[in-house]
Amino acid sequence: MTQEAELGIRDRLAQLSGVKLLRGTRLSAELERLQRQLERLREDTSDEEIWHSVELARNEKRPYTMDYVERILDDWFELHGDRARMDDTAMVAGLGKLDGRTVALIGHQKGRDLKTRVYRNYGMAYPEGYRKAMRTMELAERHGFPLVTLVDTPGAYPGVAAEQHGQGGAIARSQAVMLGLGIPTVAVVIGEGGSGGAIAIAVADRVLMQENAIYSVISPEGCASILWRDAAQAKKAASAFKPDAAHCLELGVIDGIVPEPEGGAHVDHDLAATLMREALAAHLDELVDVPTDELRRARRAKFRSMGVLANV
Amino acid sequence: MSTPDRIDVSIEHKRTDPAQRDGAHPNTCPDCGSHYRDEELAEHLRVCPQCGHHYPVRAPERVAQLADPGTFEEEDADLRSADPLEFFDLKPYVERLAQAEIDTGLGDAILTGRAAIDGHLCRIAAMDFSFMGGSMGSVVGERFARACERAAEDHGTLVSVSASGGARMQEGILALMQLPKTVAGVSELHEAGGTLISVLAHPTTGGVTASFASLGDVILAEPGALTSFAGPRVVAQTTREKLPDDFGLAESNYRFGHVDAVVPRGELRSTLARLLRLFGTRR
Repeated sequence: MTQEAELGIRDRLAQLSGVKLLRGTRLSAELERLQRQLERLREDTSDEEIWHSVELARNEKRPYTMDYVERILDDWFELHGDRARMDDTAMVAGLGKLDGRTVALIGHQKGRDLKTRVYRNYGMAYPEGYRKAMRTMELAERHGFPLVTLVDTPGAYPGVAAEQHGQGGAIARSQAVMLGLGIPTVAVVIGEGGSGGAIAIAVADRVLMQENAIYSVISPEGCASILWRDAAQAKKAASAFKPDAAHCLELGVIDGIVPEPEGGAHVDHDLAATLMREALAAHLDELVDVPTDELRRARRAKFRSMGVLANV
Repeated sequence: MSTPDRIDVSIEHKRTDPAQRDGAHPNTCPDCGSHYRDEELAEHLRVCPQCGHHYPVRAPERVAQLADPGTFEEEDADLRSADPLEFFDLKPYVERLAQAEIDTGLGDAILTGRAAIDGHLCRIAAMDFSFMGGSMGSVVGERFARACERAAEDHGTLVSVSASGGARMQEGILALMQLPKTVAGVSELHEAGGTLISVLAHPTTGGVTASFASLGDVILAEPGALTSFAGPRVVAQTTREKLPDDFGLAESNYRFGHVDAVVPRGELRSTLARLLRLFGTRR
């Protein structure tokens, strides 16, 4: 099939992924058909091509959380600190207006040059970051503000202090808090959706991925060094565990794909933000009228059903 | 192949399953070098009588140590993992699964069922590190979530004993999704007024630490167990920090407030019985 045909399918897939999905895991017949078509296209996908999507997701010119905040939200007010120990600069949280509606936003934040990369700890949060996220979720719940989370992290920070401050427990509790929220929640993976550090803020009613984002249980390098004992086999690892958006959609892990400008989000930040705003608004519109108990029930049922089983 | 230094109690040494260490017999104590016959170790709950080192315990033996004799009934034994990614590293995932089942006699890395502990009905979920490093994939997540739901319906308490290297890479993103799945199970249990008692055995790391194992109403840990989100090797490689000698160990986590008690294996059953009495059973 030609490049043009693939683009056509991708466009339609992006549109269709906005349709109402019961419990987030059932695809409409039409979507499934397109999905299969896309799947056939992907059969020829070489390791190089999958690796290209990993590189795009990590591209340092790619828009980060604050790039979207500036373009999407009015009256942005950033919240700082976990009210216990410190302010984690790898995780931003705040309030803003999205199309006239107050929303709470939480997101990992990376830096673009050496200085800001270090300042943002490469987008790797400490437990304090997840505690800041949790207090923001609870604030949103008290006031009935919908919650948007933007996921962009290689993973939660693996350091001595992070362990001593309870990294595992913070990630576990953050998921529990998200599962219990009675407000509409939308999560978007905008770059790297790295493992526990990502899922901590991605237990949402709608989980979306940008077209060139990746979402995975381990980094390609980490997987390669464990399974092949060689981090240089990262490409092979990436093509084995398929972290790209189309595969995540197919597996029922995400509910939709947010299209990016031609060539990737880094090419045109403004257009990428417009596409993001449209996706967020569409999903929030569908969720705002759902009763809180139903939101909780459906969200829990969705994550409860994740996985593929065989019986003997 | 080098012979391990028998008195070395460094982290690298402690975190390694003795069965997997080069040259050492699995019944040789990595801490003091004493050697035991299988039945001697079993008699002492697989704790070194000489120095107190806690050897790994397989899931069926763990259940036998904790449950009243004859009370354990396994549930969901028929669940097996599918291979949605057709994952292939050095060999196919389906082959690894089959080999693990042959080697361990278990369908996956967790054994769940109903039991009584000192006369108190409860559910038990015991992980087995011998099955692919105790990694959590769809079956571990499903069995654990079902155990939560059954505990919520019936008896009110689930005792989990974790021993896991983390999420199972061979199931890709679906393995990560087992974190919120098990968390959803715990939420269900808690809303029904039920109780989760989480026992952390060596090692409990990665995705299991970042999900249900950290959500116990009460969290216990075995002495010397590594219980961390990131393992010492990853931390050392990523940060080049000098790790404290007790990095990630149960005793360190106790000091930092992440576990309620470090309980020697000989006292685990009586401690669980006391907790079951305190929380009571709800119908």
